[in-house]
Amino acid sequence: MTKLANLARLIRSKNAGPFVLTFDVMFEDEARYQRVKNSGALTREVVADRYGLPAKDVLFFYCDHARAVKASIPRPYFQGDVRDSDGHGGQQYVPLMDIEIP
Amino acid sequence: MDEIRVVAPTGACGSGFLESSLETALSWSPHFIGCDAGSTDPGPAYLGTGKPAFPREAVKRDVRLMLKGARRLKIPLLIGSANTAGGDVHLAGLVSIVREIAAEEKLSFRMAIIHAEQGKDYLKKRLREGRIKPLHPAPEFNEGVIERSACTVGMMGAEPFINALQAGAEVVIAGRSSDTAIFASVPVMHGFPEGLAWHAGKVLECGAAAVVNRKTGDCMFAWIRKDHFVLEAPDPELQCTPQSVASHSLYENADPFKLIECSGTLDLTNSVYEQIRERAVKVSGSEFIPAERYTVKLEGAEKVGYQSIIIGSIRDPFFIRQIDDWTERLLVRCHARVKQVYGDRMKPEDYFINIRIYGKNGTMGPLEPVKESLAHELCLIIEVTAPSQDEASSIAGIVRHQGLHLPIPEWSGLITALACPYNPAHLDRGPIYRFNVNHVLEPDDPLEMFPMEMVTVDESSQSKATDKVPA
Repeated sequence: MTKLANLARLIRSKNAGPFVLTFDVMFEDEARYQRVKNSGALTREVVADRYGLPAKDVLFFYCDHARAVKASIPRPYFQGDVRDSDGHGGQQYVPLMDIEIP
Repeated sequence: MDEIRVVAPTGACGSGFLESSLETALSWSPHFIGCDAGSTDPGPAYLGTGKPAFPREAVKRDVRLMLKGARRLKIPLLIGSANTAGGDVHLAGLVSIVREIAAEEKLSFRMAIIHAEQGKDYLKKRLREGRIKPLHPAPEFNEGVIERSACTVGMMGAEPFINALQAGAEVVIAGRSSDTAIFASVPVMHGFPEGLAWHAGKVLECGAAAVVNRKTGDCMFAWIRKDHFVLEAPDPELQCTPQSVASHSLYENADPFKLIECSGTLDLTNSVYEQIRERAVKVSGSEFIPAERYTVKLEGAEKVGYQSIIIGSIRDPFFIRQIDDWTERLLVRCHARVKQVYGDRMKPEDYFINIRIYGKNGTMGPLEPVKESLAHELCLIIEVTAPSQDEASSIAGIVRHQGLHLPIPEWSGLITALACPYNPAHLDRGPIYRFNVNHVLEPDDPLEMFPMEMVTVDESSQSKATDKVPA
């Protein structure tokens, strides 16, 4: 077992417009990408759980050409809302970092 | 015409690029120069206030090099989403920069100015007709929102650019535009496959972002052909790989395979990426599925109120271990004091006090998985939002005083709880804005929302309107 952050070359979050937050988990090589993709440990349901959402609210993709896993969720607060704490959405990926990958 | 060559000097006009990269790109004989100058990413304040996110001098530097290059090669220059948000004020700001440069560099050209700001009466009419529809997730959008909105823009597709070029424009300065449409317009106009035109546009709109080893904002070049397109960054140190190009479609998109434009959906499901030279990638197989109904995305911002903030830190572990309780008690005290001071003139729903606790959950708020803070100090940012700056500032004064001296059971006697680094302790932030629409509008015609002016700019910068083309 190892943590997702030890396998990915980049885990990031970003606005996808003012209303959606998107996560990219990117891998340097095919072996690490396939290991994560086939592990069953990084799924729509796992992402939903990490962000306290029902699975139906999470868009989830395997992007083979990019060797990346991608997920998108509705923003907890819209960008620029008085309660929003991260205008660019750039520091919201941390709950994905310690997902355990077999 | 068997190929369209295009250079995108930078991913954001005003963020810069290497002059040497643009010179290399110009030596590859592009048919046009395109540049995206806007985004919602900097936030609603730019749309609301009319200000650009990049400094005027930085934008002018970039536009000067692009404009001189375009006029030297006698090729069109297309800039969309003027001055970040693409409203009329933003558009006028960028047009004034272009005119200044033309005078300074003694350049003459025909310039199309395309507006994207939407009138309130037009929006209300389309709303009543049921032709404004929500995306997901969307805030409530009604006539009250339209009335309150400081600025609402439509995001134009490729058609207004094509219209401008067909009318003889040599420079096109447009309000809010689909980033991709700026680049797709020319190949679409010449009948190249839309899947390739839009996909190439999607990569180009971010300049050199799709390289493996991004150093800074820089140029990207594309050759768009009948059955594929090729990407290569002019800077010899930058390399595109199949992975770097494929990865780019992830950036700032909710869905990496299906990208929705006004006139249809770019579908990358079957795209194929090949390394054809050391630094160049060939892309094929991208498809474009025409929409049944043409739609234009709306963006709007409205003033929420005025804000004042107090920054203060806490070092005492007795406070830190009960910070949630302490801040709750602080809010109760502040509201009571506001009531005492203002009476009925300031109701609880008229103002908002928000406390951010850095060192605990300031960055992630309710999404923060770490529930127990281990920090030895905390930073509090306390924000007051109220109908006027004077009221926000006054209530911040109340919060400061209540916060300084709010006791805890561990100590008896008058304490001072917050360490305030600034004097005065509160900072007035001025008006603040929020995005108020995530909807699409169904126009009768792709040009209906985007009226164009055609002007002749001559060396003396005495530009005059030659004709006004009604939408």
